[in-house]
Order: sequence, then structure tokens, then C-alpha cells
Amino acid sequence: MALETQDIRARSATTTSVPPSARSFQPEVSKLIDLSRCIGCKACQSACMEWNNLRDVVGTFEGSYTNPPDLDDQSWTVMKFNETEVNGQFAWLIFKDGCLHCTEPGCLKACPSPGAIVQYQNGIVDFQQDHCIGCGYCIAGCPFNIPRLRKEDSRVYKCTLCSDRVAVGLEPACIKSCPTQALSFGSRPEMLLQAEHRLTDLQERGFSQAAVYNPPGVGGTHVLFVLPHGDRPEAYGLPKDPRIGPMLALWRSTVARSLGVLTMFSVLVAGILHYMRHGPLEVPGEDGEGTPAKGGQP
Amino acid sequence: MTNDWVDIKNADVILVMGGNPAEAHPCGFKWVIEAKVKKKARLVVVDPRFTRTASVADLYAPIRPGTDIAFLGGVIRFLLAGDKIHLDYVKAYTNAPFLINPSCVFEDGLFTGYDGEKRRYDKSTWIYQTDKDGYARVDPTLSDPNCVFQRMKKHYERYTPEMVERVCGTPKDKFLKVCELVASTGVPHRTMTSLYALGWTQHSVGSQNIRSIAMIQLLLGNMGMSGGGVNALRGHSNIQGLTDLGLLSNSLPGYLTLPNDDDEQLKTYLERRTLKPLRPGQLSYWSNYPKFFVSLMKSWYGAAATKENDFAYSYLPKVDAPYDVLRVVELMSQGKVNGYVCQGFNALASFPDKPKVAAGLARLKYLVVIDPLATETSEFWQNYGEFNDVDPAKIETEVFRLPSSCFAEEDGSLVSSARWLQWHWKAAEPPGEAKGDPEIVGELFSRIRQLYAKDGGAFADPILKLTWSYRITSSPHPEELAREYNGQALADVPDPKQPGAFLARAGEQLATFAVLQADGTTACGCWIFAGCYTPAGNQMARRDNADPSGLGIFPAWSWAWPANRRILYNRASCDPHGTPYDPSRKLIWWNGQKWVGNDVPDFKVDSAPAEGMDPFIMNAEGVARLWAPAMAEGPFPEHYEPFDTPLPKNPFGKALNNPAARVFPGDAKAFGKPDEFPCVATTYRLTEHFHFWTKHARIPAVLQPQAFVELSEGLARKKGLKSGDLVVVKSKRGSLKAKALVTRRLPTLVIEGKEVEVVGLPIHWGFTGQTKKGFLTNTLTPPVGDANIQTPEYKAFLVSVEKA
Amino acid sequence: MNVTRRGFLKLTASGIGATSVAALGFSHRRALADVRLFKLTQTSETRNTCPYCSVGCGVIVYGLGDRAKNARTNIVHLEGDPDHPVNRGTLCPKGASLLDFVNSPSRLRFPEYRAPGTSEWKRVSWEFAFDRIARLMKEDRDRNFVAKNAKGQTVNRWTSTAFLAASASSNEAGYIFQKVVRALGGVCFDNQARV
Repeated sequence: MALETQDIRARSATTTSVPPSARSFQPEVSKLIDLSRCIGCKACQSACMEWNNLRDVVGTFEGSYTNPPDLDDQSWTVMKFNETEVNGQFAWLIFKDGCLHCTEPGCLKACPSPGAIVQYQNGIVDFQQDHCIGCGYCIAGCPFNIPRLRKEDSRVYKCTLCSDRVAVGLEPACIKSCPTQALSFGSRPEMLLQAEHRLTDLQERGFSQAAVYNPPGVGGTHVLFVLPHGDRPEAYGLPKDPRIGPMLALWRSTVARSLGVLTMFSVLVAGILHYMRHGPLEVPGEDGEGTPAKGGQP
Repeated sequence: MTNDWVDIKNADVILVMGGNPAEAHPCGFKWVIEAKVKKKARLVVVDPRFTRTASVADLYAPIRPGTDIAFLGGVIRFLLAGDKIHLDYVKAYTNAPFLINPSCVFEDGLFTGYDGEKRRYDKSTWIYQTDKDGYARVDPTLSDPNCVFQRMKKHYERYTPEMVERVCGTPKDKFLKVCELVASTGVPHRTMTSLYALGWTQHSVGSQNIRSIAMIQLLLGNMGMSGGGVNALRGHSNIQGLTDLGLLSNSLPGYLTLPNDDDEQLKTYLERRTLKPLRPGQLSYWSNYPKFFVSLMKSWYGAAATKENDFAYSYLPKVDAPYDVLRVVELMSQGKVNGYVCQGFNALASFPDKPKVAAGLARLKYLVVIDPLATETSEFWQNYGEFNDVDPAKIETEVFRLPSSCFAEEDGSLVSSARWLQWHWKAAEPPGEAKGDPEIVGELFSRIRQLYAKDGGAFADPILKLTWSYRITSSPHPEELAREYNGQALADVPDPKQPGAFLARAGEQLATFAVLQADGTTACGCWIFAGCYTPAGNQMARRDNADPSGLGIFPAWSWAWPANRRILYNRASCDPHGTPYDPSRKLIWWNGQKWVGNDVPDFKVDSAPAEGMDPFIMNAEGVARLWAPAMAEGPFPEHYEPFDTPLPKNPFGKALNNPAARVFPGDAKAFGKPDEFPCVATTYRLTEHFHFWTKHARIPAVLQPQAFVELSEGLARKKGLKSGDLVVVKSKRGSLKAKALVTRRLPTLVIEGKEVEVVGLPIHWGFTGQTKKGFLTNTLTPPVGDANIQTPEYKAFLVSVEKA
Repeated sequence: MNVTRRGFLKLTASGIGATSVAALGFSHRRALADVRLFKLTQTSETRNTCPYCSVGCGVIVYGLGDRAKNARTNIVHLEGDPDHPVNRGTLCPKGASLLDFVNSPSRLRFPEYRAPGTSEWKRVSWEFAFDRIARLMKEDRDRNFVAKNAKGQTVNRWTSTAFLAASASSNEAGYIFQKVVRALGGVCFDNQARV
């Protein structure tokens, strides 16, 4: 772990250059999701929760096998089930939602807090919650609608591609669990090759439009998909041509950053005004010094 | 399973019917995907629902629940009519050439000998023609009108594709596509595997569903082949083991049976089970029955089992009827059962007709629940509102709830569906004061024994004389028990072939069941497990995962019964001369002196092909049975409607339902009619849950939090329903409420010209655990079972659906 | 957003502080990042088999503690056994969450007793439970044991107490249960094979 420390490629809101890589060669990793092998069993979803010590609330049935109904701060991957028609034929499309670990991550570019989002040399985009300020810019910046704010601590969470496991040479928890090898993990060239290879078999079985999803608008992703209906990524819930918003590109410019700083100072002022109007309030604090709140809601 | 999990990768065609392995056995299903990806295998799914297995299938065909025999009969007809069978195999390895007694006939949906009053057959005419030596007569040309082959052809003539469509609702073109893919494996170098589970067994005709696929696999020559077989995907982790150990009303370990009342003497008991060969030169392995049985009695009663007292034969209870769970519930509801000891079994949730079960439990004097979890059964007396609306004050049952350990807190072995006995190790202590199951049973028995020793009582001998030489009397250790069921020599066992040599020395663990003796010199608690704990140690703990043949055999990983054999009937993978049918996946072969190969030969290893011994050595015929007179409802499977049927009459014949299925007098009124209950319902499991167990675990509860019912779009339109609406589902037995899931994955079928809706009922919810509370699904299911083994008909019954 | 007011102030202040400084071109610390600590570095491993379905997947149980006499091992994680020839390290959603079964709040910890007509459990000792159950069983067996049937044939069976065995328990538990039930003359006996 410690050895990995300096092997980052990019860091949010940081103008100083990242330290030189500790090693001269760092393989890029990728997760391949082959939907033609996926049986929607949710082993990945289960393993993700178990490994990452996440326990979502037990919800209610909302008319679908998709549970919880969407990604949230406790569910970093969710299997989504969609009954639809493709070329006039009934199709039950099962899709694994979660972070795609873009080569050009919209979240990282949008993030105003230094070091809250980093991209390791191996391609993993990781959130460092101790630096997160809960502003939610990463949520707006993500073209795939992935990061989720946790209301309890006002920090944003998403799939880490099990950077803790990868750091010690293990595959991510979801990949290890997947019973049918719909998920595989390895070096990026290897995964791309494997994905291409699967297309031949799919085409033989009548999926003439089968394709690999690795969108160039975000510089490619470190989570690749084999889509049997490759001409219709949106049927699975994937944007056809994802891009980082033009506002984000602006954000990187000095002008915008200055504007951003201004915005933030105004937020600070607003905070102080709020404090002055409503006065101090004792709340059960995380430091343990507060007394239970009486009346009034935060 | 005749084959094993990894062997599925060797199949060319995978037929999933009567099961849903992608959801119920995902890690086994891995090998289906492997076959698809690496071997270009085709996956065929026939199911009432478009399941997650169907979502990755190459071909899916819908079917009405409870009509599998109509479908499979249609496949048999297709194979026979089109000469698409593996003829050499059929001639050599099945009873197709055997001549049947001409007075056994099939007429109007019934075989000869039916007694409608008793709902039973007199099977005395269901016999082979025999010659002067008592051997069965055969016609190798298969042309005699009374040979099994011709009879079968005639029987299935009625099962045309048109009939299949009318009865099953399967579109004819889809049905024929399935037939063609199945038929493509009727050649030596291609195989099909059949994967099934409760979707075939939980019917009033369950056993005959399995018989039907066995016949198909025999006609195609797929039995005994790598990538072939009839593969029951068992449910629980050790349901195979507990069945092997005979924890069923009428069973003893190793598929021995409890004596019946009429088996008064040991001699007659043994004679009736020691099957003589029906053809010259055959092995008929059950001719060794006395060795297995006497060794069992020596294991249980040691020195108290002597030749003089018929090896303590009278210590065993005799049975006058099958005491399966349906009968026990019936007896309980009549007040004839006072106590119930439920170890790890949620009876209230698992037995059909929950209202009847609950009423029965309330009549018990005492109930003992041994479980790691707080089950519904243990709280049957507690009021949970509409989910369990009872008045505790009126229930006089004393209830004990004893906490037991779970898998991670014990040493022991489980038998997987592939018959592998795998040892596992304890990782931690159980919580609180919980104890392991052997300790709970051991302590309880020790106390009962002390009471009998002190005060005496009814027939105390078997209790007082039971061998019990465990180091800690109240807590037998798993290692001790494993050594005991493997068995040991009680005296030196001389080798009959080599004077002066011994097969085993006194006190030695047995290396194989071939050593067992009928004279009391060997003890063995479960003959088919002999070889799992040998002088070389615990074979179940072996962890060498080498696969020298590349066929997925793993001969040194754990231990498989029998004799570490991984593919049953593997002699049939070779032609009669001993040459493998498919050289690319050789299991065994004759090397000139003996049978050798990648697997342990399922055969007498020194019997040369020229001697003419046939491969199915467990059968007295030596060959496999296309015609099976042991079945309760007839030697050939015939389509009968479920007991709750949407049809007024059986399109195939006069008998509407299985004529030999047992119906208790009080239950005759428990069956629904389509005018009141027009929809066909089926129950099933979801991949996110395991029975009523994982609802106690948080993550699975998150993944499927609440009960729901799956409905077709057609039914939803008729009833004005949309997904998420609360609906009431009613059957003749009871009613429940759940949320609706409207889906195109459930069909509206056209049966006999009329629309029939299929309603899907996942079973996993109840009133304890972490999921949202729900009704037990078996509130709706009918109290009738299969005619042979009494597996309840959970898969096909009638309901009505209305908006709540 | 459910953030305390003080927490909000803290967040805005620190967030803006850090962001602004960086935005102005200063980094208050070196641009480093670290992954989360790997949670299995201090655990022991035990080989086991998944207790759910009959695929018989190999699992590895990870426990905290070295099994010393004075400590209780706490199971913190379970994962597929990559050496296992069938599951090759994979698990289904149920198997992947075995930890939540092992540590389920529904796990029973003590023997309990519900007296006739009451609506609550009472915690009891093993001594009480074993003693009372043994007496109930003996009493019922002595009263209802059938030594001979109506025809006078010796049958030696006991049908008034029934037994059910867990198909998820080990062979050893099953074997000893079978042996005991038959010695008592029990015939009403089943496992989940039928249901």
C-alpha cells in the first residue's frame, strides 16, 4: 500500500504536478463486463457490499428485480433489469451499473477539493473521503451519473475498483465473486483483446451488432463492456456518446477557477450569516462534547 | 448427478428443463457458460417463465407448469419416428430388446391392474417374458411387437407436436427446434446434459418426469458419457448426503430400506432385496445386499448383533406405510403425533398447505426446534398479525428452541450434488451457548439412555445396546463419526483369492466396500461411503486439484461416492468391445487385461468385453430400463394433469390426474377448480435468496427485500394491475397478499384453444428475519405428492389474482 | 441534507480553505494519495464449504484472533476458495454474503422455552432443556411404542414423535441423528429431500 502512495496520475484541484511515479512502469488495469455471460445473479453487488463494509437499508419491492432501485452511497454497484424489445424481439437486458473509471474522469476534473479525487497510475479513479467537502461537483461532472452523496457525513462515495485489493495484487471483490466470469480483470490491453475475441462468438450466435463499449468521449474507460446489442448502449442504460460537459472544460481554465473561488467565498459568507442569524446550537457532536439537541432541526 | 459440475463443460447441448440453475446454482452454472464459450455448446431452456437462465439461452421455449411429460413424450416420439437415436447403444445397453408380458397393456390412460378404490396398481402383469432358466427373453432385432422398443414406440405415438402445443402451450415451431437440438446428440461424438431440479420433482408425476429424460438420454446414448447424464441439481448443501445416509422415513444408510411389517425374518427381508441377475452373465450388484446390511447392524449394535439373533434385526423398526412429511402432517392434524423434533428444518414454511400444518403443530404436546436461526416454525404459536394469525393462549404446545452452530463453527463433511464428500474445518466458536448438532443429539440421547437404564421402559434393548464408544459420551466428535460410517474390520478378513493374505486386518479402517462381509466381521455405517476414511486417513479432506485428463475429473480432490467414481455408468461410454465412443473424451477403456482410464471404472474391472457383462451393474437386467415396472403409476411415463388443473379432462386419456398418487380422504376437497381459480401458479426460488434462510442475512435482504408475485401483461390488463400494486392471490387452501411484478417474462398460454395465465410465486418471505414481513407461500400449495416418493406438488396449482 | 449546522460550517470552512489555497496555486501538502488499508492483513484463514446449495463451493473463512484460549475468534469476512475446482473462487450473491448469516441478529444464542398457552420465550439452561425433552420423549415413547401390529407381527416402531433433519447439516450430524432415531424406533423421519 505504502509503495503505491506516490503512483498517482492525477489529483483533483491540484496545480502542482504530481510526484514522479515511484516505478518506471505501471500496468493499467481494466475490468471487463461481458453482458453476454451475465446472469444477473447480483453476486457482484453482494460481494461489493460485503468487502466494502456497506449495508444498505432493506427497502421495499418497487416493481422490479433491481434492488436497491439505484446506486447510492451504500450500493456502489447495482444490477439493473430492463425488459425491452430489440429488433422486434423481446429482450431482458441485465446491466451492471457502477463507476466506469474514465481515463479522463469528469468527476476529478470537476472536483474543487485538492486530493479528494485521485487517479492512480493503474487507471483507478478513487475518492479520498477525508479530503471531500461534499460540494457535489463530481456528481454534476460525471457523464454516467455515478457518485452519490452520503447524507450522514456529507461526503461522496462510489466504486473504488477495490483499490485496496488491487494494491495487494488481488482482483476487485465483484470480479472475484462473479460465477460466470461475466466480470474479468487484468491489464488493459489484455481485457481489450478478450473483449474483441468475444464478439466473434456473439456474432455467430446472431448478435450481429455486438460491440465493445469503451467510449472515446471520456478518453476510454477502465471498465469495459461487451454489449450483445452494441448498437443500442442506451437500452442498457449507457450513454451512447458520453462526454465531459463543456462547463467542466471551462472549470480547468484560470478564469473559471477564479470565479469558482469567488463562489466559494460567497458560500462561506452565507455560512457565517446563517450562524449569526440562528446562533450556536448544541448537537450531539462527533467529538463527543455536545449534549443532545433540544428542539430545532439542523 | 450422474456426472459432476465441471463435467458440464464437456456438453454439446445443455437442456435446462425443470430447473433454473443460473439462479439456483450460479457457481455450477459457470460450467454451462464455459461450455458455451469454449465448446460452442447450445443452451436450451424450457420453462414456464423466462428466467435468468433463459436470458443467456440460445433457445427458449415456454411450457405450462405440470405438462413436462407431454413435452418429453413428444421428444421421445420425435426421436423414434425420425430414427434419430443412437441405435447400437439402445440395443446393447437398454432393455429395448426385452420382451414384455403381453397381458400388460395400456388402455384409456391406464395400465393393466388398476384398483380405483385403493388408488393403486396390482403390478403382477408388469413383468418380462422369461425363459426356462428364469432369465428375461429378448429380441435383439427390436421387431417383436411386445419388445420394450416397439411398445414404447406405440405408447408415444399419441405425443405429436400438435398435441404438445395443445397441452403444453409450447408453439409447435419452438418445440420442433428443441427436438432438433436434442436429437443432434444422438451420435457417438456429441452429448447432451440434462440439468433439472425441483421444477421436475415437485409434481404429482415428479418421478416420471425424471424417468422421461432418462429414457431420452438412453435413446441418445448420453448416459455414462462425459458431457452427458441426467443431472439432478440438488437443493441444500447436504441434501445428497442426508439422502445417502437414509434420513428419510423408510430408508437406511446407503439406499438400504427399512423392513416392512411382512419382512418378519431377516432371511425374507434379505431375499427380497438381494436381486438375482435377470440375464445371463450379469453382475446385479445388489446381490451384495446382505453384506451391506449386516455391516450396518454390526456398526450400530456391535457385539449385541450376532448371527444367532439375526444381527439384532428386531431392533430396527418396521414400516407399514411411507411415513413421509405429508403423512406426518395428516397424522398430526388427527392428533396422532405428540412430539416433533425439528433439526434445521422450517416445517411451517416448507410443508404444503400451511393452514393444515399450523393446525397440526398446535395439536402437538411438545415441539423441539434445533436451529442456528429463529425460524417461523419455532414461532408458529406467536401472533404475527395477518402473516400468522393465531391466538397463543389457545396453543398448548410446549416449545423448546435450542441454538445450534453453523457451518463455520464446526468440522465435518457435506456431499455436494456431484456426490463429492468435502471436509470443512471449524473457524470459530458458535455464538453464546450454541452447540454443534452432534453434541445436541448426543446429549439428548445420552439422557434418554440413562433414563431407560435407570427406570426401564418400552423395548429398551436397542437404546441400551446401541454402540456408543465416543471419547466424550455426550459429544461425539465429527472425526469419530466419519470413521464410523466409513467402517472398519472387526476381525481379519481373509482374501479369498490369495490364501494367507487379508483384505483387511482387525481394527483397520476399510479402504473400500468391496471388503464388506455378511458374516459380521466388518462394520460399516454407510456402505456407499466406505473408502472416505481409510487407513490412509480422511480422504474427504484431500485438496489436490490436478486434472490430468482435462475432463474436469479431479480424482484427488475430496472423495466421491461410490469408490471415488466421478461419472456414474462410465462403462457405457465405451462400445461393447470396450472402445470409447468418443476418443476426444475418454473416461475408461479396456486395455486387454482390465478396465482402466481417467475415472474409476463403474464395472467389474477384470470382466473382459467378450464376457458380455453389461454396463448398468446396479440393475438386475445389466442394462438400463426404458420400461420400468417399479414405478407406481406405470412402466412408461404418461401425461396426467396436476391435481389443480385448468382442464376439465386429460387430452391424452381418461385418467385426469395421476391415478396412483395418494390423496388423504380429508384432502379430496382441497383441490381447486378453474372456474374459481383460473390461473396456473408455480412456486420457485430467486437467486438472491436461499429458501427461508437468507432473509435473516442483511445483504440478501437488501437485494430482494419484499414478497412479490409475477404476472403476465395479459393478466395485468384483465385485472387492471400495474407493477407495485398490492394483489391478493387465492387458492383453495388459503390466500396471501404481495406486490405485483407485471412482466413479459411470464406467458399467457393458449391451452386447448383457451388462454391460460401463469402466475409466479417466489417463496422466500415469512414473518421472521430482516426482509419485510410476508406471507408464507405454501399457504397456497396443495397437499398432494408424487405417487412414488411423495414430493409435494408445489410447481403446478390453481389460483386467482385480484387487486387488493 | 442531514448535516448538523456545526458540521456544515466546518465543511464549508475547511473545504473552501483547502480548495482556495490550492486554486491559488499553493498546495498545503504533497500531492499524495493512499488506498484504504487492506482488511485481511491480520486475519487467519480456514477452509470451509458454503452451506447453501449443493454446488459445494469452497469458501475461505477469515477470522480475527489466533484462537488462543482467552480470545474468541470473530469472523470478519468470507470469500470463495480459488483452489476449489468447481467454484474457482467465485460465489453467488448468497455465498458472497455468508458473513451476514454467520453474524445474523437472528442467530440463537441460548436455549429458550415457551410454556403452553403463553406468548413469550423464556431463556432456560441447557440442563433444563435436555432434562425436560428427554423425559417428554421417553414418556411418549413408553406410552405409544408399537411392539406388534394388529396381525401380531413384531414391528417395534414409534410413530407418535416425529423427526426432521437438516439437509444443510453435516454427514456426521446426519449419521448420528439417523442412528439415534432408528434406535428409538422412529419412522416419522425426513430431511428436506422431498420439499
